[in-house]
This record gives sequence, C-alpha cells and structure tokens, in this order.
Amino acid sequence: MDIYAENVLDHYKHPRNFGKLEKASATYKDANPLCGDEIEIQLRIENGIVKEVRFGGQGCAISQAVASMLTEEIKGKKVEDVLKLEKEDVMRWLGTELTASRVKCAVLPLMVAKAGILEMSEKK
Amino acid sequence: MIDSLKLKANFPTLRRKINGHPLVYLDSAATSQRPVQVIQAMNEYYENYNANVHRGIYTISEEATNKYEGAREKIAKFINAKPHEIIFTKNATEALNLIAYAYGDYNINENDSVLLTQMEHHSNIVPWQLLAKRRKNKLLYAMVDDDGFLDMLEFDAHLQNRPKIAAFTNVSNVLGTINPVKEMVKKVRDADAISVVDGAQAVPHMKVNVKEMDCDFYAFSAHKMLGPTGVGVLYAKEGLLQKMEPFLGGGDMIKEVDYEQSRWNDLPWKFEAGTPNVAGVIGFGAAIDYLNKLGMESAREHEIGITDYALNRLNEFEDMTVYGPRDAKLKGGVAAFFMKGVHPHDAASLLDQQGVAVRAGHHCAHLLMKKFNVPATLRASFYVYNSKEDVEKFVGALKMVESVLKK
Repeated sequence: MDIYAENVLDHYKHPRNFGKLEKASATYKDANPLCGDEIEIQLRIENGIVKEVRFGGQGCAISQAVASMLTEEIKGKKVEDVLKLEKEDVMRWLGTELTASRVKCAVLPLMVAKAGILEMSEKK
Repeated sequence: MIDSLKLKANFPTLRRKINGHPLVYLDSAATSQRPVQVIQAMNEYYENYNANVHRGIYTISEEATNKYEGAREKIAKFINAKPHEIIFTKNATEALNLIAYAYGDYNINENDSVLLTQMEHHSNIVPWQLLAKRRKNKLLYAMVDDDGFLDMLEFDAHLQNRPKIAAFTNVSNVLGTINPVKEMVKKVRDADAISVVDGAQAVPHMKVNVKEMDCDFYAFSAHKMLGPTGVGVLYAKEGLLQKMEPFLGGGDMIKEVDYEQSRWNDLPWKFEAGTPNVAGVIGFGAAIDYLNKLGMESAREHEIGITDYALNRLNEFEDMTVYGPRDAKLKGGVAAFFMKGVHPHDAASLLDQQGVAVRAGHHCAHLLMKKFNVPATLRASFYVYNSKEDVEKFVGALKMVESVLKK
C-alpha cells in the first residue's frame, strides 16, 4: 500500500486547475476541522455539462491530490454523472487502498463538488 | 541505568514488524506498551482465581479480593497516599468527571467560578463546561506563553477572583511542560479554593508525592504507565471524600439499602459501585511492581536523556517548529512539532510506512492548537522502553518524509 505513489505526489506538487474561476455557476467550500483540510470547488456549468472547474484550499496531500484529480475527471462530464460518482471512484483514481483514517481526506473534494452542484440546482 | 534494549524484550507488541520495518513506538503519551508481567498477572487472575471481589466467603473470592486490595495499597504507596484515598475509575477522564459531578454539583453555584488553563487536555475542560451548564458558574482560563509555560501572573490574577476550584495539569500532553504544581496548589489553598490536578502524564514518568503536593484531588490512568486499559485512579483527601455524596450508586458502595434511602459504605468503596475491573486493577498492581523495580528516578533520567537527544536531532531540520520548553529537564518526554509544508497526517502515514508510530492530530487539546494556530501537529512521546536507536530511526524516517512531501 503506497498512498504516496507517484501519481498522488504529482497531483499534490503540481495541482491541475488550482485557482479561482470567473463567472462560476457553482461555488462550494467545506472542511475537515479535525485535521485542517479545506477544499473549495468552483464550477462553470453550461447545458448540464461541466465546462470549467477550479479548486482551492489547503490540507493534506491526499485531499489536495484528489481535488486535482477530480477536476480532471469531471471536466466535460454531465452534471448527473458527476452526482453519480462515489467513494469507490475516488479510490480508483488514487489507485491504492487507504487506511480508514485517511478515507475522510480523500472523499472531501468529491463531497464538496456534489454539494456545490446540488446547491446550484436548488437555487434554480 | 535503564537498558531500554533489554527492556524491549518484555514488551510483546514491540516485536511487531510494520511493512517490513521493526515497530518504533513513539506514542506512549496516548497509551504505553504493556510488559508480559502485567499481561501474565491478568491472565493468572482469569485462569486461576477468577471470582468477584468483596463478596464470596470462599477461597478464590478471597484470593481475588486480596490481590485487588493489595494492588490498591501498592498504588497508594506509589504516590504516598492512604489506601482509602485511592478510588478506582475507568480512567483519568472518569476521575475528573467524578470530581465535577460528586464535588462540583454540590459546591458550585451561580456566582462561582472555576479556573482552568489553556494547556488542559479536553478531559480537564469538558467536565467543567458540563458543570457550568448545570450550575451556571463561570469558567476562567490562565493562558500559555509562546514558549509553552503557564502565565503564572495571570494564574495569580485569576485567583484574586476567588474561584472555588482550580484545575490544572501536572505535565502537558502536548508541550511536555511540567507545571510548578506544589507552588500552584499552595496558591490555590491560600485563595481558599480546591485544587484538582491532572496527573495522567506525570505519574508514569516521575515520582509524584500527593501528600507533599498537598493537592485536594489528583487523577491518573493505568494504561499510560504500563498498566492495562480500563483502570484509572482518583486520589482525594480523606476529609473531602467523607463529605462528598457518592458518584455512582449500586452494589458495594452501600452498607445497607432501604426503600427511601441507603447508608453508604466506608471509603474508598463508597465511590466504587458495581463489579470493578478486577483483572485490570490486578494488572495495574503488576505494573507498579515493574516500575518500582526500574525505579522512577532512573525512569525519569532515562527519559530526559532520550528527549534531549530527540530535541537536538529535531534542530537539524529547517522549517521545523517544536512546541513547549526546549530544555528536556523542564519537559516531560513529549515533543509536539510541525514541519512547514508538510501536513501532519501525511507525515504520520509516511512514518508509519517506515515502522515509526507517532501521533498526528490535535491531541485532545483544541485550545492549544488554537493558540499555535495549527489544526494539528505531530507528536513523538517517549517511555522507558525507547532507546537512542528509536530516535535515530525516527529522525531518518522524518528526513525521508521531508524529501518526499515537502512542497
């Protein structure tokens, strides 16, 4: 079990889509207060498709790397397909098993993305 | 002189290999390892004289009772208390809660205040918050300075407000700071207040004399001092215990039960309702024997040496913040630290992959984390079975963590 495999470290040290998004359709932020992981996800959604996505925040390598991977995975996806993503998909992107204590770090970015989409749909 | 390499052989879990690496256990502040002598003492009870205590007029019950009460006497002697001033609880947390409920509820009222410190473990904060909810009293806090020492001027100033209770830790589980408890207890007494001391990180590591300290209440746990989990101790002055109402009601804490009321048992059993953790207390007795054989002065000396070495090696790292006193003589064997650019959880996971077990988190001390403005830190803590080689492996593993993870 190598949770700091090359792909994880690569995304952690060279995050994709990190930063702020102009004209975002959905913005959502959440944190794991116990460990200090914070993730913000911004999405621009047009015709039900995720056109652009950015992430921000700070925290452990797992949460940051997953956030980076998430942005690559969901760009171009239909909103309903993003909502169908689960913990198992995150584990697949990571390509490795996580100890129970680190799973929370890994699922945070996905939770934030889904919550942002749901909040946006409710507002409409 | 403690030969920690020889000692390790007594601790079965230390034989484990983690990911091919020998386990280097540096989290004794969370729980200590347990020597075979303690494990065997508990098994012997279960295998040879398994019976309830204080009840049976038959051989194995008498044997169990003798061993149980015998452990109480050993523990009393260990801290220079009388046996009937030693009350067994589940852990130090329960002991502190016992004070808040059985003493606090009857002695604290709306205009009173309870004095705490910023370096307290949650077990010495939350019970007082619960008390304040029930009794509507105030909570006061003495703060910690940037070097990890208690602001004694602030402590003195708060005492001018005449709090009814002052509760503070003997040794901080994060900073390692050893508070001047004897001095503090005297100041509290002079201010006509009751002193409650959290000794969970003190008794395992240094000689503690409650009579000399003159504190009213003192709490500690067996599992942090080579004993099993599920046993804690509340020491309290006899006079206080006589006046207090019981904490939990049930069997063994009564002399006689009638419909409307009951007569309480003598001390200490008045505060020990129901079947206790017999095996645990017997195991605790064996732990005391083990520590007495090592000698607490030797234990403390050994720990100062290891901690001093660790602190010096941690100095080799750039961007490394170590919290609390930097002089090992002023510090319990605990080193909380933060590597800039490396999240504590990542560091702990990578250290684990190299067999090194340290704690990452808030260490049940949110107020301290707030003070140092970090959500979490790493913490390495040392005990009698840790060696210089353990520190070397720890430092080597940390260097690897730094090279892999530092942004």
